[in-house]
Amino acid sequence: MIYIDNILFAIILTIGVGFFVKNVKKLIRNIKLGQDVNRTDNSSERWKNMAMIALGQSKMVKRPVSGILHIIVYVGFVIINLEVLEIIIDGLFGTHRVFSFLGSLYGILIGSFEILAVLVLVAVFVFWTRRNIIKLKRFTSSDLNGKPKKDADIILYFEVVLMSLFLIMNATDIYFQQANSGNIISQYISPLFSSLSLFEIQVVERTAWWLHIVGILVFLNYLYYSKHLHILLAFPNTYFADLNVKGKFDNLESVTKEVKLMMDPNADPFAAQPVDENAVPSKFGASDVQDLNWVQLLNAYTCTECGRCTSSCPANQTGKKLSPRKIMMDTRDRMEEVGKNIDANNGVFVPDNKSLLNDYITPEELWACTSCNACVEECPVNISPLSIITDMRRYLVMEQSAAPQSLNAMMTNIENNGAPWQYNQMDRLNWKDE
Amino acid sequence: MSEVINVPTMAEMLAQGKQPEVLFWVGCAGSFDDRAKKITKAFVKILNRANVEFAVLGTEESCTGDPAKRAGNEFLFQMQAMMNIEVLNAYEAKKIVTACPHCFNTLKNEYPELGGKYEVIHHTEFLKSLLDTGRLTIEGGQFKGKRITFHDPCYLGRANNIYEAPRDLIQKLDAELVEMKRSKANGLCCGAGGAQMFKDAEPGNKEVNIERTEDALETKPEIIAAGCPFCNTMMTDGVKAKEKEADVKVMDIAELIANAQDL
Repeated sequence: MIYIDNILFAIILTIGVGFFVKNVKKLIRNIKLGQDVNRTDNSSERWKNMAMIALGQSKMVKRPVSGILHIIVYVGFVIINLEVLEIIIDGLFGTHRVFSFLGSLYGILIGSFEILAVLVLVAVFVFWTRRNIIKLKRFTSSDLNGKPKKDADIILYFEVVLMSLFLIMNATDIYFQQANSGNIISQYISPLFSSLSLFEIQVVERTAWWLHIVGILVFLNYLYYSKHLHILLAFPNTYFADLNVKGKFDNLESVTKEVKLMMDPNADPFAAQPVDENAVPSKFGASDVQDLNWVQLLNAYTCTECGRCTSSCPANQTGKKLSPRKIMMDTRDRMEEVGKNIDANNGVFVPDNKSLLNDYITPEELWACTSCNACVEECPVNISPLSIITDMRRYLVMEQSAAPQSLNAMMTNIENNGAPWQYNQMDRLNWKDE
Repeated sequence: MSEVINVPTMAEMLAQGKQPEVLFWVGCAGSFDDRAKKITKAFVKILNRANVEFAVLGTEESCTGDPAKRAGNEFLFQMQAMMNIEVLNAYEAKKIVTACPHCFNTLKNEYPELGGKYEVIHHTEFLKSLLDTGRLTIEGGQFKGKRITFHDPCYLGRANNIYEAPRDLIQKLDAELVEMKRSKANGLCCGAGGAQMFKDAEPGNKEVNIERTEDALETKPEIIAAGCPFCNTMMTDGVKAKEKEADVKVMDIAELIANAQDL
């Protein structure tokens, strides 16, 4: 019977981690729905980006208030994981504070965790205030209505509960308090429990300990259903991000082939094309998530809906419907929908008469983009909403000929006279003599 | 205009068996838009003054395909690109300068994969190099102490990380360079990019160029400097809409330099 705690712990841990792994597999499956794109070149620069942008948070501090507070929560999260490691070892092997053999170093470690826990609580309080009291525009705009708004608050509540449990657990740990090393904060919490009996204090300590680790496992599993996946995906996302200068849009290879054929004076337009039985007729641009590439889909899972993109978007600032954040959220929602469809149909996607275009993202949003790259510049984890907008415009124009009238006129001009306006190409040098 | 400007074409150069130092890509706006043509001429006058041996493609130049590509028409873009590349390669063009950041970005970043590999420079960088190497000197203090704010074109700034060349030039004029609250990487678009220049804006509560002009006017400038013919149009329209055209001029960097030279 004495092992019942350890067995229970092992079972909870296995279920918690197992369920998470199952969802991670689903996530990878969904990302792989995307088209292939090679992002393995130049690995040294990719590692550097990951170290600077994800690990080093270099783009976060562009907005200093949220940037610095975020670093506190981030450092708190990363460092407190050491504590979680101790909890797991204690839980599995029935030890108590197994790392305490480190002596004064242990005190320093736990002491710094306690300080961080308090700082995290302060930061989370400010975050909550910004969302719910100050109501910053980027946290209250309509693209967050409903679940996303609730999701953001739930994550903050989670952090409050986890940090509080950590401090209570330390405050009610009699041995830890007696050792009087590292209880920098918890020594002031511990008197709150002085009216309790020794047994009751032990019950509080055990309860806090169990709730803390269970809470962490629940939070881990909440990630997949929330916007909070960025704590994991920011790393691969910054690694696989486009390394080209932002002005360079990709050239569609399928188009290059056709254009070359058209321009080749030796090509026989009437010759039968060699038939490849397996060839899927190429589709230009994207109308659904399967047409996007896997990095764009990874982007969608990584987005934590901070809204820096939308708040810097010239179209959004002037009241247009376009919100780059919504482009990412829609892409993820549709990807989840397609994923569920595949799960429900034994691994095959059954067409559902819906698509990312129109059912989620409207042409009006797409046409409002100035391609200014402000959203890409702003994103703290190098997501590119612009690349999705461009691919969807390509579908509208090349597959559906559904550009706004005035753009069609512009394109006709380029085709006919080599300029977006109706001027004769032969007049191109007239300015010289005017 | 009375004075003579010298604008040789690549064809004329070839006929003389010469290869110019640099090919000046004029662009559609620079060729046809009345306001942008003045920028083109200002730049040519500077090139003439600095004895830069340049040439234009003239009637052999065609749209780079930028607005088509941003609108999503990859076919039309690649057709334009390949036709232009054929012409450029036939003349063995090596170095291209252009006063349009959209042409600049497309030629520099999107042509190489399609077979067009050139050294492409924006005119602000080129002008700076002329000054740095002493081929051009700025005399007189026509702009001395004048408040000039620079609007970063998206396709020069964020798209290609060129922020300093235009600013260096303004400072060489002894002018007082004043920055808008949103500048460089944080600069706000003028509203013309992504083919917006050629269509009406979607329903909203403001035009982007008005929002940006307000940024510029906040700095109480005498001149709003631009480095893109489309930004120039948008900011000029914005200044007009704000009824400030009597006090605030919108000028290209090339025009500032040309004026300083009394060209």
